[in-house]
Amino acid sequence: MANDVKLSKNLLRMKFMQRGLDAETKQQLEEDHKRIISDEHWYLDLPELKARENLIIEEKSFVPCEDLIYGRMSFQGFNPEVEKLMALMNPKNKEEEEEDLRQMQTDVTDEEMALRYESLIGSIKKKFAKKRQRTSEAEEDLNQNVESNLKRVFLKPQD
Amino acid sequence: MISALKDKVGQILVPGDEFCCGAEDTISLTAHVQPEKVVCGPGLMRSADRLQVCKSGVLRHKEPNMFWMDSQQKRYVPTKGDAVIGIVTSKSGDIFKVDVGGSEQASLSYLAFEGATKRNRPNVQVGDLVFAHFIVANKDMEPELACIDGSGRANGMGIFGEGGLLFTVSLGLVRRLLAPHSEIRSDLQQLVPCELLVGINGRVWLKSSSTQRTLIIANLLQCCDTMTAPQRRTGGRSALIDCPSQRWRM
Repeated sequence: MANDVKLSKNLLRMKFMQRGLDAETKQQLEEDHKRIISDEHWYLDLPELKARENLIIEEKSFVPCEDLIYGRMSFQGFNPEVEKLMALMNPKNKEEEEEDLRQMQTDVTDEEMALRYESLIGSIKKKFAKKRQRTSEAEEDLNQNVESNLKRVFLKPQD
Repeated sequence: MISALKDKVGQILVPGDEFCCGAEDTISLTAHVQPEKVVCGPGLMRSADRLQVCKSGVLRHKEPNMFWMDSQQKRYVPTKGDAVIGIVTSKSGDIFKVDVGGSEQASLSYLAFEGATKRNRPNVQVGDLVFAHFIVANKDMEPELACIDGSGRANGMGIFGEGGLLFTVSLGLVRRLLAPHSEIRSDLQQLVPCELLVGINGRVWLKSSSTQRTLIIANLLQCCDTMTAPQRRTGGRSALIDCPSQRWRM
């Protein structure tokens, strides 16, 4: 009589019923459970996507293609602000820059530079000298004939 | 594909022409060759591993691997990064609607101006002209403009247009005007002192010392599309000499 009684699946699945179950029914229950889960999972019936490196890059704008310049411009000094902006926004290419450099170099020649610095040597030297040295140098300038490396001694004042 | 593209540079192509990728390229067995990337500019469209032409025109090439179609058109299609001239058509709360000549009006936030804060709103009226660049532009969304660059500086963008004249030219002419070594620009430079603002959307704003001069230069620029270089030079000089204001002065 007792063997005929069958417990429902849901009841068997409960935790407190698991202890008394035999291995066979346990396995069966697990399989059922897994099937239900896998049935509920959806997946797309698509071939696997191959991630390939893209060799084509799209660029929609003409600006980088044709190296178009900035849209504001002013001619013959009509609007100085815009002319400044033009120089700022339109970076020159290398050739033009080199030309500019050459022009800058011809502005002041090396000889001129040397001549100019020659006259500056004295004043620059003063800048790096310390105060005491500076004062002593000044004295030297004043009395060039006096030997400068005399040891300073006390001179008795004359009566 | 690159070799096939290079063969066609300078030739006229029509929409539907295709370049296939890879198939005809020879692969050397000895050296491992790094596949080269191709940049396809306006007029070329990527579909899977093929390159399709979608505008009729002449194929152009720039080193190293940039290809695009040089085509003539009048309708402007908003593109990200393009600097354009727009007309403010309405103010609604936080954004301005700006007409740029595209299929849809672009939006411009009141915060996208130099020095603008929530408290300090820019003074923008309906009908004002703005020079701005696109920060959002694609086929699915409303285009969005900004008058500042990434670092928050205006760099010449913003509201402008006191005492000048706005007119439209073809998109091809605009590109010729903005080309790095433009003949039209150098001719204009020698002609008369003036200020010019060119939007890639085909709008040009011009200002010079007098209304007559402005009108003459504007007409001249509009005619440039169909004039040869010598015609342009003689036309420009004679027009300015015949200018009524000049004659009165003489």
